[in-house]
Amino acid sequence: MPDDLKKVAYYPGCALEGTGHAYNRSTKAVGKELGLELVELKDWNCCGAMEVKNIDPKIQTYLSARNLSIAEDMGFDKVMAPCNGCYHNLKKAEYDLKNDAGSKEVNARLSGKAGHKTYEPGAVETIHALDWIKQAVGEEELEKRVKNSLKGIKVANYYGCMYTRPRHIFPEKDKGPASESTSKPHFMDDILGAAGAENVDFPLKTACCGGAHSLSDSDTSTKLVLNILEAAEACGADVVATECPTCHTGLEMHQMRAEKVLGRKTNVKILYFTQLLGMALGLSAKTVGVQENMSDSRAFLKEKGLG
Amino acid sequence: MTADRPTIDEVVARTDALIRGDRPVADPLAAGDELLAMGEAVLEAWIESRDKDPTDDEVEGFRLLGLHRQGAKGDPSFNACRETCREIVYHRNVIHAETDSALQQRMVRLGAMVVRHLALFVGGKLQEAGLGDFCCSSRPVRQGDGNKNTTGNAAAPV
Ligand code: SF4
Ligand code: SF4
Repeated sequence: MPDDLKKVAYYPGCALEGTGHAYNRSTKAVGKELGLELVELKDWNCCGAMEVKNIDPKIQTYLSARNLSIAEDMGFDKVMAPCNGCYHNLKKAEYDLKNDAGSKEVNARLSGKAGHKTYEPGAVETIHALDWIKQAVGEEELEKRVKNSLKGIKVANYYGCMYTRPRHIFPEKDKGPASESTSKPHFMDDILGAAGAENVDFPLKTACCGGAHSLSDSDTSTKLVLNILEAAEACGADVVATECPTCHTGLEMHQMRAEKVLGRKTNVKILYFTQLLGMALGLSAKTVGVQENMSDSRAFLKEKGLG
Repeated sequence: MTADRPTIDEVVARTDALIRGDRPVADPLAAGDELLAMGEAVLEAWIESRDKDPTDDEVEGFRLLGLHRQGAKGDPSFNACRETCREIVYHRNVIHAETDSALQQRMVRLGAMVVRHLALFVGGKLQEAGLGDFCCSSRPVRQGDGNKNTTGNAAAPV
């Protein structure tokens, strides 16, 4: 296990304290079970993704840079963000500070005003929860640690549309089979496959679910989610595995809405990959927060001998 | 709008029929090509809505990918459907390469789901340009109309 991944800084982001609580809980539980340590950033701030970026994206870059600077001050060179949005924003800040003089200037000015060190790009690498588990532990070791195999569970791995987009902010991806692919991501497939799951070939793994629309045009989001869930079922999946609180919440909410508004019911279960992995490692369904999900998969999991 | 080109609603209806059809399609190779043509029709509608002439250029041998590249120029959030377009090409190619007819039929059905996704995404984007932009669930997921502008992000599309 690479030493620098055993203990990493943790940026949960505000979604994991609210809608994505079960993801926070299961991520921490899995880390503990695997002997990995997460140290939460002290006094981290929300990146202000929606509101601030609309007003001035450079301020949003500063807000993410502040979090990176906290990680550096705490002595870390890696920060793990399990939410696609947070991950994207930290990566984007890193890129902008390296390539955009205006962002650099605003960051220096606001950091000075706030009285903390100005973050210099290159000091801290942002990783996703998928990178963390895949690279810190790896499939071989995971296979050895599995107590309750996910054998017999067919999984459609759903990465959402932002995990690998835009390509240029992820210089470490597309570097051969061991690295993550921006066109066909596979880290979640690899991890759950090592835990015994049967991954189905799922053509909509990076398709947009209409997340940005869910406030203003719910019908579009509902139809997009319904199509994703129906495609997962057509591929034979019992479960759609997720790795982002926004994607997860969108799927759960619009699965229910599709039944209510469009009269189209899908039975596929929706679980965070950390919940599935946690149960495979022997943790209970309760420990990984299955009861907190809107999509009720308890009976299904029981039937499969999990939890 | 070109007369012989299906509208987005017609594409949705046609893919629905392919997905729900209880009989195998008679000519899977033609169905594979139709998937590609429907994908192109959807992208043409998007490009024309932006006052541009749809390109005939191909990328990696496919006009669909050329159209996608054109559609994403100046609107990076359109890249949210990049892989969906590539999946359409992939399904069409597998249908043509496959000799097992059950597998061909399966790929027609799955390919139709991918085309339906593209049609729903682009149809949604024609109503609300912000689709495909950054989104986050940190705020309550359902709010009143007062928050409509959260999707109108022109500052930094991804
Ligand atoms: S991306 Fe969303 S969850 Fe993450 S910090 Fe920003 S607003 Fe919060
Ligand atoms: S919630 Fe939907 S729109 Fe947002 S990143 Fe996930 S897949 Fe994309």
